[in-house]
Amino acid sequence: MSELTVRHAEAAPLPDVDLSTSLGGVTFPNPVFTASGCAAAGQELDQFFDITALGGVVTKSIMLAPRSGRPTPRMAETPSGMLNSIGLQGPGIEAFLEHDLAWLADRGARAVVSIAGGSVEDYAKLAMKLRGRPGLAMVEVNISCPNVEDRGQVFACDPGAAAAVVQAVRRNTDTRIPVFAKLSPDVTDIAMIARSCVNAGADGLSVINTLLGMVIDTATMRPVLGGVTGGLSGPAIRPVAVRCVWQVHQALPDVPILGMGGIRTGLDALEFVLAGASAVSVGTTVFGDPTAPVRVLHELAHALAQRGFGRLEDAIGLAHRPPEIYVPEEPDPVGDDQLPLVRQPVGFEEER
Amino acid sequence: MPVQVQGEVLSMRRVGAYNAMTIVAPGIAERTKPGHFVALQVGGAESSMMLRRAFAIYDVKERGVYGGTVEFIFSVHGKGTAWLAARRPQDKLDVVGPLGKPFRLPQGRVNATLVGGGYGSAPLLPLAKVLRERGCRVDFVLGAASIDRLFGQLDAKRMSSSIAVTTDDGSMGERGRVSDVLPQVLDRTGCDVVYACGPMAMLRAVSELAAERGIPAQVAVEESMACGIGVCMTCVLPVVGDDGVSRMVRSCVEGPVFLGDRVRWDDVGTVPDDVLGAPQSTGGGH
Repeated sequence: MSELTVRHAEAAPLPDVDLSTSLGGVTFPNPVFTASGCAAAGQELDQFFDITALGGVVTKSIMLAPRSGRPTPRMAETPSGMLNSIGLQGPGIEAFLEHDLAWLADRGARAVVSIAGGSVEDYAKLAMKLRGRPGLAMVEVNISCPNVEDRGQVFACDPGAAAAVVQAVRRNTDTRIPVFAKLSPDVTDIAMIARSCVNAGADGLSVINTLLGMVIDTATMRPVLGGVTGGLSGPAIRPVAVRCVWQVHQALPDVPILGMGGIRTGLDALEFVLAGASAVSVGTTVFGDPTAPVRVLHELAHALAQRGFGRLEDAIGLAHRPPEIYVPEEPDPVGDDQLPLVRQPVGFEEER
Repeated sequence: MPVQVQGEVLSMRRVGAYNAMTIVAPGIAERTKPGHFVALQVGGAESSMMLRRAFAIYDVKERGVYGGTVEFIFSVHGKGTAWLAARRPQDKLDVVGPLGKPFRLPQGRVNATLVGGGYGSAPLLPLAKVLRERGCRVDFVLGAASIDRLFGQLDAKRMSSSIAVTTDDGSMGERGRVSDVLPQVLDRTGCDVVYACGPMAMLRAVSELAAERGIPAQVAVEESMACGIGVCMTCVLPVVGDDGVSRMVRSCVEGPVFLGDRVRWDDVGTVPDDVLGAPQSTGGGH
């Protein structure tokens, strides 16, 4: 029974890789964050691992007023994922500042505060409330929550509306605090929305929010969710998320991306980095594995080391390179999932 | 404080229509109180099932040959519980616990009635033990659809001053529901406090019968959960707070044990208009 041990994922040493990452002028010690709506405001997860070990804690989207959210059932498990229709339940910005952000600041965590509103003015007010708050490292503007009755309120589906919100937040946020806009994959051209947000002042982009989905109970022959439709998350959406990160990075190679969507392991995180993400959020996986963020951090560090990277920065967007220019400098002798070595051309005998 | 541990199945047994699983889970047993629950990963490392399954803890052994063990009762409802039912001794399981707020114990030697529906009796049996150790009188009322869906009636009988059993089909005890026999038990025993665990409809009936008599009821609710640790916000129900304000509260961290007269039973599954932050009828957005 000696193999039965309490998990202390954070206790193992990290390999010697520079994991620091820059997001809109702010340097974070490492690129693994929680995901909005999947970690509350960090206190619950701090029971399982030291949340200050993460790059940052992305809090559940907060609105101006307290919000009850939608009726239950709010959740349906789906293949390699889940649908949720929480509906932005939260205590409102005042209680959040007093209890949650204050706690994160005391704890020494880097808080990425996600904000959501029903109007441009709501977002502007939320940004103002956050000015000068200790602990605030970044603002994530949730313009893409699918759990609203009026799909017209999904600002991220309209480049003009997205830009208006981002501009209002950027104008009302301390200049040293980066503003990231969280994009929806449920659009025809995500790069166009991304460009619109960046032109409006976004320092970076969070890619992606959930996909709008639905499940019907074949016994009751009714929708499972109280909110009828919900946001799909988890590994089921990972290829969509990687594609979105790829497209946004291709269109805007200098804009930092916080990538998320179904990350479960360090190799999943590496996929996002290679597609162009400077950092990643671990979301739905936390529900099944509360220590997942710190585990992903360690796995990512080892995956980078195994591939001969001394710095995370060198891996960002590397999948976009033309095939011929990259040769690993110091191929690692161990590990069976490393990049293939450059082979010598094979000569063949002439046909007789 | 809960811990996440790599547990190992020690034993599996069938109890009527249910499965009882004992897991060696160091660090959990020592912290467990009656009413706590555990949340388990299902399907293995590459599982397509991303969400934890939550089970009330039945029995714990703090130490023994194998270290701390935790036993829980479950019935197969879907793919996750079917996978669990197929586990065998020495299989590994990722366990988080103990979770939730346990039953609060009364001060002094009072008369307690414990009401269980189906395998909802599981957390009541260790509670009965603790209450008896404190000199409380314990009376049990157990109900189920049929005899194979009763759990723990022999142990309950051993640990109580009286036990009343009901089954929907009359296969054991009286034909009917626990709410049919509970009033008489409450009145006969001079009940001071009611503890209950089982289906929501039963908890509601128990809460109302207790409230009619001015008896406090502590009920452990059953809401579907995704995480069990308070981060997903899926297991909410409308509950009246100490300040009189209703809120959508998480049954995993604020519960699963609630005061029966605080749960807004009529409104479970809805967001009542007067709950904190409820949508205004004119505005959309929720």
